[in-house]
Formats: sequence, C-alpha cells, structure tokens
Amino acid sequence: MSEKAAITLTINGKDYAIAVEPRRTLADAIREDCGQTGTHIGCEHGVCGACTVIVDDAPVRSCLMFAVQAAGKKIRTVEGLASGDTLHPMQQAFMDNHGLQCGFCTPGFLMLAVGVLEREPDISDEDLIDVLSSNLCRCTGYQNIIKSVRAAAAEMRK
Amino acid sequence: MKPAPFVRHVPRSLDEALKILAEVAGDDGRILAGGQSLVPIMAFRLAKPAHLVDINEVEGLDKIADDGQTLTIGARVRHAAFHKPVTANPLGALLAYVARHIAHYPIRMRGTFCGSLAHADPSSEWCLTAATLDAVMIAKSVKGIREIKAASFFDGIMSTHLKEDELLAEVRLPLLPADAKFGFYEFSRRAGDFAMSASLVTYRLDGGKMTDARVGLGGAEASPRRIAEAEAQLNGKAPGDAAFRAAGEAASAAIEPLEDHQTDAAYRRDLVKVVVRRALEHSLK
Repeated sequence: MSEKAAITLTINGKDYAIAVEPRRTLADAIREDCGQTGTHIGCEHGVCGACTVIVDDAPVRSCLMFAVQAAGKKIRTVEGLASGDTLHPMQQAFMDNHGLQCGFCTPGFLMLAVGVLEREPDISDEDLIDVLSSNLCRCTGYQNIIKSVRAAAAEMRK
Repeated sequence: MKPAPFVRHVPRSLDEALKILAEVAGDDGRILAGGQSLVPIMAFRLAKPAHLVDINEVEGLDKIADDGQTLTIGARVRHAAFHKPVTANPLGALLAYVARHIAHYPIRMRGTFCGSLAHADPSSEWCLTAATLDAVMIAKSVKGIREIKAASFFDGIMSTHLKEDELLAEVRLPLLPADAKFGFYEFSRRAGDFAMSASLVTYRLDGGKMTDARVGLGGAEASPRRIAEAEAQLNGKAPGDAAFRAAGEAASAAIEPLEDHQTDAAYRRDLVKVVVRRALEHSLK
C-alpha cells in the first residue's frame, strides 16, 4: 500500500471528496469511491472502451488514467447525459435505432460518440465509423450503433 | 489487472521534473506522459515502477514550433494535436495522415508523440515516422542535453538509447521540400490494432523521375529504419508499378523479419512487399 491522496473529483458538476492511492484508476474511483456505477469496466487495459468518459471535453479511457490525474478536471459520465426525464439525443437515438442489446458497452459508446460529436460536429460518416471502431460491442454487430450515432449527429447539429 | 503501488511525483517545471527523475531513476522511476502504453503494461504487472514522474502538469511541454526548417514537438504533445495539419509544409499533411492510424480516437486524446518514441514499440507509427524522416531526439537530464539521431536512437523492441535519468524533452523533424510527395500504408488484423508491418515513403520528382527517396519500414523488424536497398530502386525511376514492386521486393529481401505467435518470417517478408508497394501507391493519390 502506498499513501492515499485526498482529492476532489468533479463528476457531472458534483464534487466528490475522496482519498485514493495513486494507482487507483479513474474508472475504479468513479465507480467504487464515488458510487457512479454507470461507467462500466471491461478489459482494464484500454482495449474495449467500456469505461470511456469525457474529461475536460476529451473522450478518454478512464482505465488508462489515474484518478489523481483527474483532480480538478471536469468529468462527465453517462449519468450526466439526460436532463431530468429528457434523454440526451444520443441516448434517444440508441433507443430508437435499437443501438444496444445487453447494454454493457453502451455507456462507453454514448460518451465516446457524444465526446467526439461535441468536438467535431461535422465529422464525416467515414470518420465516424473509424471513431466507433474504438469501442467493442459483442451483441449488436455495430450496424445499429452506427445508425444510432448518425441519427444523433443529425439531431445534435440542429 | 490493477497496477502495483507507486509513488507519484508531480513536477510543475521541466527542471523540477529532471531533478526528481535523477533522484528516482535508480529506484525504477519512470516518466508518465499520456500513459496509454505504460498504464496497460502496469495493469498487467509487466512493469511495476516504484516512482512515476507525471509530466502532465509541467508547463510548456505541449508546444509545437515550426521555424521554417524544423518542426519541434514537445514532450507532451498528444497524438490528437496532429489530427489537423500543424504546418502548411507537406509534413503537416503527412503527420495528419499517419496520426489517424494510431490506436483509437480516445487513445489519441491522451497518448503523446514523444512518449511513443520513448516506448519504442516496433509497430509504432511515430517511431516509423521519426526513422523515415531522420528525426533528432533531444534528451535532457540534470547533467545536460544530448542530441540523438533517429538512426542511433532505437535499440530493439521497446528499447532506446535514452539513459534512465533522461527525459525525451523534444523531437525535431526536418520540414519536407515543398514539392515532396508522401505515402503511408499499414496492415493490422483489427482496426486500431498494432501494425504487423507499416511503411512510410517520401520522394520528390525531377523531370518525372523520383529523387531523394526515403522508404521507412516499421513493425517488420525489431526497430523501424530506412531501407536503403528499396530507396535505390526508386531514385532515378518514374513512379509507377514497376519501380514500386521492385522497391517492395528489395525491402522484403533486406530485412531481418520479426517472428511472433501470429506470423513467421516468410509471412512478414510477403507482407513487407505489399505494404511498401501500397505506401508508394498511396503517394500517387
């Protein structure tokens, strides 16, 4: 055990004062220390993308960042997408287009797609497919995910 | 799948970072930049550094400078910085094209150019770029500054000639001639996965003939390098199928192929023929 550091993580606008070892990944801190279990952990080595969150406007793998590195930054997770009972256009599009089956990978895909479209609203369809190759889904075969994200992209550009 | 304990150091200036690195280098201290290669290795416990010198809070390491001769890339310039051309020189378009092939979008948000070079994965797109373009590495430590040429920087699989107390502070890439053409191609089994072979080529045209040809090859040998035998097949020839195939054949014959659980030497030689030819074909598009 190494010494714990007292840090504050700001997740979806709310502050969480926690104490973590430097080796604690951001993914584990979000789930275990802050109780925000919408962010899922799959591979824990940056391959699957299930743990994707948005840190200071950049979609990143939260298993490849240490929690102490995210102190003072703005973290957004799937819990912060909807406003009240109104789903984010990306969530609505996944629902409308059957973009998920078991749903395990979905929070990662949502944060990836929202993060990229906020940075690059006019990204081409071809580049969008390349972006979506970042994350793994073992149910859908990806076509409905691509369909969902294209639909949400059109909605977000309005 | 959890990293082993370590002590994290958070310097605010380069001098402070070098001082800490000098103190902890002998005690298995490492630099943490983007962490997109180091953290997975730590998760597997293949690396258990006792100290990490986290350079993410150091001022001024994220600069890219074009002085008309050279593009200087700071220690913490992330891959995504190259998504759009960083210079109007053809080098900007080259780097933007190559950058798209590095891992995946979220990885490119964090991973760094210099970190890739210091990590020295044989498949790394940036290591290939540095070798092809004869980059100069600027290594800094409390003892001073060293300039290391790309051709003598890499030392086999995931190994470089950086000393343990040295930080790769910046990398200098020479700008390309204004009329330079480039081509790049890599082969991997899955989108975003490590390339099993990759090639980057540049040349100029003089009266319809290729000149100043550079043929870089990565992922095929323990370290990326220029393949002089392939370059010789291009200089003085017109760009086209005959010269491109000859260059591929020459590269294939010149290498000491890596072998792994997926591929034997014969497979990699075949692959090299194809990636060199396709990189050259890309230069015409």
